[in-house]
Amino acid sequence: MRLRHGTFAYLPDLTDDEIAAQVKYALERDWPVSIEYTDDPHPRNVYWEMWALPMFDLDEPDGVLTEINDCRSTFPRHYIRVLAYDASRGRQTTALQFLVHRPPNEPGFLLTRTEGSDRRQSYGLSSYATTVATGDRYGQE
Amino acid sequence: MSDSKQPKSGFGLYRPGKDGKTTEAQQSAPEAAEAEEGEPVLADTAELDLAADEARQHVEETLAALETELVGLTQVKRRVREIAALLLVDRARRQFGLASSRPTLHMSFTGGPGTGKTTVALRMAQMLHAMGYIRTPKVHTVTRDDLVGQFIGHTAPKTKEAIAKAAGGVLFIDEAYYLFRQENERDYGQEVIEILLQEMENEGGSLVAIFAGYPDRMDAFFSANPGLSSRVPHHIEFDDYSHDELTQIAELMVARESFRFDDPARKAFAEYLALRMEKPRFSNARSVRNAVERSRLRQAKRLVELQRPLTKNDLITITDQDVYGSSVFEATGSGPDDDETGAAQPDEEGASGDDETA
Repeated sequence: MRLRHGTFAYLPDLTDDEIAAQVKYALERDWPVSIEYTDDPHPRNVYWEMWALPMFDLDEPDGVLTEINDCRSTFPRHYIRVLAYDASRGRQTTALQFLVHRPPNEPGFLLTRTEGSDRRQSYGLSSYATTVATGDRYGQE
Repeated sequence: MSDSKQPKSGFGLYRPGKDGKTTEAQQSAPEAAEAEEGEPVLADTAELDLAADEARQHVEETLAALETELVGLTQVKRRVREIAALLLVDRARRQFGLASSRPTLHMSFTGGPGTGKTTVALRMAQMLHAMGYIRTPKVHTVTRDDLVGQFIGHTAPKTKEAIAKAAGGVLFIDEAYYLFRQENERDYGQEVIEILLQEMENEGGSLVAIFAGYPDRMDAFFSANPGLSSRVPHHIEFDDYSHDELTQIAELMVARESFRFDDPARKAFAEYLALRMEKPRFSNARSVRNAVERSRLRQAKRLVELQRPLTKNDLITITDQDVYGSSVFEATGSGPDDDETGAAQPDEEGASGDDETA
């Protein structure tokens, strides 16, 4: 199952040139760009691990692309996303967030139904990948 | 993330970009697809007029600005023209579809303090941008402090940050010889040089590195780093200015600030320069600018003490009195001369070197 996450979720995966163009768009608006990764893509997991530091004062996307590629080679089986913060409102506002890397195979999510009193049903969602310890998910060779 | 894995992704919607473009091109004109960025390849017999190249206009403007702004430096100007010609011909070759690798344009600028290295770097960036060699006409000036870290593992991120900030433009490394300290082999400067080399070797990289510094120390720097030296094909030397050139520079600076020397003042300034050039820590155009600034200071003091209404002429004229006030004219020269800051503080160059053009 293909994870749909962030902006451009329903588009095909962006190429590096397209990523660079989006990053350039963010940099032109003075949004600092940062990179995050995770192997727990639960929709409620908003806190992904940060890759390096947010990148301030850039004019060109080359530096961001270098960091993305470093992150990809370190975590080839993780989800990696790029975030752009708009600080102009005086608080941390995510202006743009999109996936730049995904694991080669994505098993998808398990929907669990738990029956409570009065036939009330509660639903739970968990990724098949998270049955394995973190770091070994998405098929380690 | 390759698209080939999911050929039917995106719900089969039309997708602007590579896929659509190539199929369209293949349908209509198969030969057009070979050309990069859709530019048609010229036929073997076609003729190309270099003068008609629109980029050339920008380059000529930049070169003309260089010519009027900077006095002397004939050798430097010639090298800049050569590089412009190289890029122009390279563009023409590409229009004929001739394969050629991107020329390497990393440079070293060697010359005394105040000889215009920073100014030429700015003009160079504008020219390279006009020729489409770099994406922005931006010069990111760094010194050792901006590249070298304070502990193990600090240097690489710092250097990469500087490279990221300069991406698409020019990375101007001022006082580059400080990166290499022969007496300390564990100095982190070596790491900076390695990372820079890696980036300079990178074919797809869009960075032009300019190493600047004083001639003798740069020679030692390059001979100690043969790997670096061999990757910097353009060595440009900035000669010290002659007395005549410095006088011209002073005239230009004064005119740019809407002042003028009267005739005795002109003579006095020439005398001043002759004396000042003999003194230690003379930094060419920068010393001239400092001298002009202090003449203005003395002029202002003199005008305030005049105790009479001033005319426009009073305000724009610098007299010999203002020039002779300099401590250089004191026989012993023991007085505190506030002029000599340029050579002692390397940081000043980045900030002030371009002021001679301002």
